[in-house]
Amino acid sequence: MNLTRLRYTLWGIVGLAAALFGLFAYQLSQPKDEFVHSAMIGEPMPAFDLPPAVESRPGLSSADLADGTPKLLNVFASWCIPCAAEAPQLEALERAGANIVAVAIRDRPADVNRFLAIYGNPFTRIGRDDISEVQLSIGSSGVPETFVIDGDGVITYQHIGDIREEHVPILLEELRKAGS
Amino acid sequence: MRWLVALLLLALAAPVTAQDTMPPAPYAYTQLEDPAQEEQARELMHTLRCLKCQSQSIADSDAPMAGDMRHQVRTRIAAGESPDEIREWLISRYGDYVSYEPQISSTTWPLFVIPLIVLLLAGTVLLRRMRRKS
Repeated sequence: MNLTRLRYTLWGIVGLAAALFGLFAYQLSQPKDEFVHSAMIGEPMPAFDLPPAVESRPGLSSADLADGTPKLLNVFASWCIPCAAEAPQLEALERAGANIVAVAIRDRPADVNRFLAIYGNPFTRIGRDDISEVQLSIGSSGVPETFVIDGDGVITYQHIGDIREEHVPILLEELRKAGS
Repeated sequence: MRWLVALLLLALAAPVTAQDTMPPAPYAYTQLEDPAQEEQARELMHTLRCLKCQSQSIADSDAPMAGDMRHQVRTRIAAGESPDEIREWLISRYGDYVSYEPQISSTTWPLFVIPLIVLLLAGTVLLRRMRRKS
């Protein structure tokens, strides 16, 4: 009697261990999400006021983002290689009617100018953020990242990494949802 | 021979670093004047995750973004914010992920409760056995 109970207990332990290893195997086989997602989706843009990053475009403030028109906010830098890779896609977005503003992270005006001269300038405003202040305040953890901001200045969507061709319709759809 | 040259050249190649050339933020490497405030800031910086180099704290990392985060921590402490407020500010931006300090939340409570249950279970089993022996 006692022996049968012991046997059941032992099988129970084996079952438990198997279940545990099954869980490990499942979790290990899942692709890892390396991205740090912003917790600011659905939140209003924090107040900020950045000076212009280049002479040819005005700077950017949170008030500019709540002027009634939904916008794309591109967080970029001239020293960032994927930012150059996404330039054609930003151009396509601009051609499709998107209003794109930008924040240049830790960048010098001369470098930004050179970057824009090579890769094009789809931006209506470019703010200069030398200490990643605005970047940190919207939960962005790298460059490039692109946010969709609705007409009231509420963040509705975050795209992490460079915009590839397949992301263009997604961003346009998100812009449409934000009311443009 | 050609292979050897190619290999040697490869060893000489410098990695392309996607980093800026701007000077660090004012308080990235500069301590606060008040030692008590600096101590507070340091303690906090050791428990905040660097978002660029995800297994380091912002105190350990030389990434420009970690420097910018240290600048935020120090200036906010100097402006009178408490370390908990600053941690909350960052969590509201990046989620729990940014903080190394364990927090009991709707997803993490089993981590704290299960060991307690196991301990209680082991305790009762042990107690029973000891009683049976005596």
